[in-house]
Amino acid sequence: MTERVIEVAGVEKAYRFFRLGSVSLELEAGQILGFVGPNGAGKSTLMRILMGMIRHDRGTVRVLGHPIPEEQASAKRDIGFVSEDMRLHGNVTLAWYMKFVASIYAGWDAAYADVLLRRFNLHADQDIKALSHGERVKATLLLALARRPRLLLLDEPTTGLDPVARHEILTELMAVVEDERRAILFSSHNTQDVEQISDQITFIDRGRIIDSSDKETFIDRWRRLHLDVPAGVTLPALKDVVETRTSGRMAIITTRAYSPGTESIYERAGAHVREVQRMTLEEIFVANVMSNRKEQAA
Amino acid sequence: MHSYLVISQADRRPMYLQIMEQVRRRIAVGDWAPGYEIPSIRALAASVQVSVITVKRAYLELERAGIIVTRQGKGSFVAETSDLRTRLQQGELDEHLSSAIEVGRQLGLTPSHVEKRLRELWDGKPPDDAGKEGKEEDQR
Repeated sequence: MTERVIEVAGVEKAYRFFRLGSVSLELEAGQILGFVGPNGAGKSTLMRILMGMIRHDRGTVRVLGHPIPEEQASAKRDIGFVSEDMRLHGNVTLAWYMKFVASIYAGWDAAYADVLLRRFNLHADQDIKALSHGERVKATLLLALARRPRLLLLDEPTTGLDPVARHEILTELMAVVEDERRAILFSSHNTQDVEQISDQITFIDRGRIIDSSDKETFIDRWRRLHLDVPAGVTLPALKDVVETRTSGRMAIITTRAYSPGTESIYERAGAHVREVQRMTLEEIFVANVMSNRKEQAA
Repeated sequence: MHSYLVISQADRRPMYLQIMEQVRRRIAVGDWAPGYEIPSIRALAASVQVSVITVKRAYLELERAGIIVTRQGKGSFVAETSDLRTRLQQGELDEHLSSAIEVGRQLGLTPSHVEKRLRELWDGKPPDDAGKEGKEEDQR
């Protein structure tokens, strides 16, 4: 059986103006999980809980088999965590940081660190304060990757990067999971990056997980149907339709559970299916969030 | 790193279909001969920077279609069927002809009309003397 590297069950955390939960999440070895949500949805809070940096109020968290926060020190030996606010101090060089990290973690791979320096086009002798935003992000990623940790937790690793830097980073992330014992959880609101490299995708909004599935299922089951609806025909109300837009004889249906059978249901009701469109992950995400908020409000 | 295949973001088809098509084409043109060991799922995923699950799905469907075989713990290989290349070339042609037939049906043309037009285009005849149905086609 495949090993679970992250197991989160029924986790809750309440703040004065924000509530996370109840959150359940799993990640298996060899996989990449893309964690997608609007700003302030709770992505960073959950990542900090996984790192033991925030103590949850309720529920259980296990990372690499270790209960968190109790055994966070053992877990962290094999986790590489990168987040926006992990600022590197400016007055030392990247080489200083590489030596520092190498002195703490036994798994530091100096040869791979050199390869990454070249691939990311970084210079070890450069002062941190002289680095651009993109170079800084690549430097923190280098420090995490060169340890070859079994689990990478990356909070918005590609945000604010140019297309070339994003490509370089995605390439390295895909190289990580060539080893099927390793896994990555990364959060992003760049749905294109998530769609490209994730095996599993989890959507979060306002502290709640609103949908979670493997990527192929998402891409297969969410569809838009363009229908001709002759006068006098009433469209059947299907449970998995999240949105219906009508204008004259035309109707556009968004469904979260498409199968070829869906078409015949509408055809039998007297409508004509003109086209069935696939949706990008971004369209799926937005439709998902909107329909969920509507349900919550109702 | 050498690149086995190239996946396009601008191509509206899902990525697993693009992978399947490119594998089929490499076999059809003879780059990958029967019995040839194709890249492992994880190696291909890393090379084209596409999810492991997507490549897995493409391989599974290629296996179902009898185009590749996967031996547990050994890897995936091009199926050793003698007529595989011809079958794939035929399949690609059929795909294009089928969509032409579909368009013909929508325009209400007869098989003989489509056949005649195919012969004319084959001989390099320009689209001028089209009939009533042909005009409809121009408007599309």
